[in-house]
Amino acid sequence: MIDRRDFVKQLLVDRGDLLVVPGLGSATYDVAAAGDHPLNFYMWGAMGGAAMIGLGLALARPDRRIAVLTGDGDMLMGIGSLATIGVKQPRNLVIVVLDNAHYGETGMQPSATKSGIDLVAMALACRFKQARAVSRIEEAADVRRLLRIGDGPILISARIKEDEVPRVLPIRDGHVIKQRFIEALNST
Amino acid sequence: MHTPTTTEPSWPDAIYAHFQRVGIRQVGYVPDAGHSRLIARCQADNSITDVVLTTEEEGVGLVAGAALGGQRAALLMQSSGVGNCINMFSLLRNCGFGCVVFVTMRGEFGEFNPWQVPMGTITEDVLRLAGFLTYRIDDADAIDDIVGAACDMAFDGNLQIAILLSQRLIGRKQWTK
Repeated sequence: MIDRRDFVKQLLVDRGDLLVVPGLGSATYDVAAAGDHPLNFYMWGAMGGAAMIGLGLALARPDRRIAVLTGDGDMLMGIGSLATIGVKQPRNLVIVVLDNAHYGETGMQPSATKSGIDLVAMALACRFKQARAVSRIEEAADVRRLLRIGDGPILISARIKEDEVPRVLPIRDGHVIKQRFIEALNST
Repeated sequence: MHTPTTTEPSWPDAIYAHFQRVGIRQVGYVPDAGHSRLIARCQADNSITDVVLTTEEEGVGLVAGAALGGQRAALLMQSSGVGNCINMFSLLRNCGFGCVVFVTMRGEFGEFNPWQVPMGTITEDVLRLAGFLTYRIDDADAIDDIVGAACDMAFDGNLQIAILLSQRLIGRKQWTK
């Protein structure tokens, strides 16, 4: 099992011009803990929406790489997005599900993946070019490489530890998060 | 493949003309018969990426992502789909993403299917409660004017605008055995 903070930090080290969409809850805290960056579109709500924001961004900017980092709860709520993304086949989009098989924000109730519901199989069935699970921190370097040059759409299910880690809270004002993202994207 | 015929109303072409004018680059939709001509026009346009959604709320995320990447997007749905979007609409209002949604109305004038009525009768109220400005169109002659104004307000002012295309405008759904 993978330490989520260590894993996300390794994915985002020397991130260059990578665009990052963290899903609400722990994924947003993990991305914030790895270091604040204007090209993070932190989410504090709109559960189920992270993957589709990634698709809209990937279609608008085929010249850039987009990483959606989200939890199993957000991915399950937007599970139809896998089909929508599979239809469009964005080559520049990678989804990393930080899968602890629980709803961490609300008291660690088990999610569907706890019962063996398989996000990797669903992504493959939705014509993702690549989908697989990782469960060792040593695989972070390979996932980091996929974020940068992998032929998308790709989904990685990272089996992370169930332990709760301290929250690292980034900015919450949606207008500010949006505006600084757009300005940073326009200037890089 | 949908082939527009001469008997079909041409008002969707006026909407499409505004898509071209304001530079819409992504169109997300769950199909409705009333939108079929507009969807066909968008699909035939190489400058527009059409995205068929499994549920309408996905389109809200699409609009936000497109805007982050510098593109304008529009959504097409029927009135039942508005109900699927309510929480996701918070993304638009909270961050100030300009958005124009075209809603074909069911559950009102001459509705054959009573299952459409509960959502159809609250659609405009729901949109307003979610922060949208709403404009209802009953008359095809008003399309060009209202759609033009709505697109400008949405994208010049980062506002959320919904155009309700009434069932009387679209025409009653024809039920055949």
